[in-house]
Amino acid sequence: MIQRSRARTRVATAAAVCALAVALAGCGGTTKKDSDNGGPAKTDAKADPGAPLKKGLKLAFLPKQINNPYEKIIDEAGITAAGEFGGKGKEVGPSDASASSQVSYINTLVQQRQDAILIAANDPNAVCGPLKQAMKKDIKVVAYDSDTAPACRQLFINQASSEEIGRSQVQHLAKQLDYKGQIAILSATQNATNQNTWIRFMKDELSKPAYKNMKLVKTVYGDDDDQKSFQETQGLLKAYPKLKGIIAPTTVGIAAAARYISGSSYEGKVVLNGLGTPNQMRKYVKDGTVEQFALWDPKKLGYLGSYAAAALASGQITGAEGEKFKAGKLGEYTVGKNGEVILGPPTVFEKSNIDKYHF
Amino acid sequence: MKLRWDTAVGVLLVAVFLTGLGTTDGFASRDNLAFAFNDIAEVALMALPMTLLVVAGQVDLSVASMLGLSSALTGQLWDAGWAFETIVPIVLLVGVAGGLLNGWLVTRVGLPSLAVTIGTLALYRGLASVVLGAGAITDFPETYAKWAVDTTTVPGTFLTYPVTLFIVLAAIAAVVLHATGVGRSLFAIGAQEDAAYFAGIRVKRLKLLLFVVSGLISAFAGVVFTLRYGSARADNGQGFEMLVIASVLLGGVDFDGGKGTLFGAVAGVLLIGVLKNLLTLNDVANEVQVIVTGLLLVASVLTPRLITTVSAWRHRRAAASTS
Repeated sequence: MIQRSRARTRVATAAAVCALAVALAGCGGTTKKDSDNGGPAKTDAKADPGAPLKKGLKLAFLPKQINNPYEKIIDEAGITAAGEFGGKGKEVGPSDASASSQVSYINTLVQQRQDAILIAANDPNAVCGPLKQAMKKDIKVVAYDSDTAPACRQLFINQASSEEIGRSQVQHLAKQLDYKGQIAILSATQNATNQNTWIRFMKDELSKPAYKNMKLVKTVYGDDDDQKSFQETQGLLKAYPKLKGIIAPTTVGIAAAARYISGSSYEGKVVLNGLGTPNQMRKYVKDGTVEQFALWDPKKLGYLGSYAAAALASGQITGAEGEKFKAGKLGEYTVGKNGEVILGPPTVFEKSNIDKYHF
Repeated sequence: MKLRWDTAVGVLLVAVFLTGLGTTDGFASRDNLAFAFNDIAEVALMALPMTLLVVAGQVDLSVASMLGLSSALTGQLWDAGWAFETIVPIVLLVGVAGGLLNGWLVTRVGLPSLAVTIGTLALYRGLASVVLGAGAITDFPETYAKWAVDTTTVPGTFLTYPVTLFIVLAAIAAVVLHATGVGRSLFAIGAQEDAAYFAGIRVKRLKLLLFVVSGLISAFAGVVFTLRYGSARADNGQGFEMLVIASVLLGGVDFDGGKGTLFGAVAGVLLIGVLKNLLTLNDVANEVQVIVTGLLLVASVLTPRLITTVSAWRHRRAAASTS
């Protein structure tokens, strides 16, 4: 018994060492050099701009997670829009926003033979394999809100140009702070594609000479979780007593931060700006905690996504740059570079106009 | 009444599978079956050493963190330009080292495995974040990625390569647990550790070995996971330890040690996998899926105890009435 297990250990050790030796000797193996992640997915199909929208299209919305209130608004608007052109929409998705959690849903939607999948990606690459499989089976793929790698979808419906969002957040806050003081960013998850792109543009904007008296001291992550965002805000204000402003480019984050600030000694001393929904922020705008924040209309985003998916599935467009399609009451849109369709500039909400919006 | 729990889980698995075939479009398609089984490949792989550990009265909560560390390391080394053939043995050695640390703390320092691996659960996940940070490394070589994705199957079957590997390892684990002296020793350790020790079983050595194997397999699962999703991240597989342990317990392996079968554990893993696939195909909301899995688990822990209690009570009553 003892002898046997000793012998076995020795054999195992020897095997491991051999494997390592062989591997090290063969160091010329496969390395990173020859990888290529090209542009958006190409199809051989020709666009037929005159084709009518097909009836009975099945569209599936796959948000980052199903209990994300903001994405629910987008998806519900998209489902309503599908009804307008005689299609059928539904929303399915995971309850957590981890990299791999959307993958089983994509597989399912392929098996269910949906005509189009609309996805807000948790990870631009983890969803790639199954989405490519979907496209191979002639299921159209449209990313919205948070993009996948361009090769894994035909269109990306962008709320506003990422550059415009990132830069305008800094511009708005700078005006409120008179271009002076320490600022911080409260983001969602560390891997969210959209958040990170905006933050890149924020940093770039901040590097301009006009902002030389402003300093970004820290970026924290609330993981789109109300409690975590609340705690991160708390931590930020404790760690940086001289902090003058916070940008929270996340609807969950800005509401949690506003809740913390409104009840604390920081009220009136720290300026909070970012992206939020009018319903969540109304109270804080009215009580003066927050002066202004911005967002696009998520209902329009879902509406546009739905029509774009239908245009793809009906053959009106293929996702190539320059193609045009009609998005119901929103009018005509043009596919931009890399298959991007831009909804329009974000709206700024403040005391004077917030009561006009209900979402 | 004499139906064993693991057989019952096996029967339930077959029933769920047949229900799927009969009721759900797309379930029986080759692509879906390949996907459904591949989707739980890493959990299934890690459930094998976990079964042996639980039988021996131990547990390893650090498996999913080791998967994450292995994924992060694979990504970082790949990004640094190392050859994939070199990365894999290094990652596996790190898995062995992690297992050795767990095993050493349990056997030499004498700490309970639950406490040790709660600690290393945090430690390995923390190391993963140090290694790779918050980002993701992608663009893994096509040549290797194809072995892990569900589009490549062993010719003529719907079995993917990770699943095939699982079948081979499961067979080995079954033989070890049920047909060798090592297996009998594990049951003995789980039932009565002191008695096993005085019976001449090298308790510490066996436990150490189990933790090492668990670390090794978890690291390997990390490589598979990374290739399957084409995305190396420090938070990969977060929460999988619960899924692994849940599957093993669902399969009738007793958390107190000393009881269980590998067949049961495998049936447990497959049941959770097939059920998830079937519920998703039928658009059952995620919350409901979580509830269903939770209920199954509670039932799996509760039912055998209930049966024992009820039969003991009957026994007592029968004894009382004859006296």
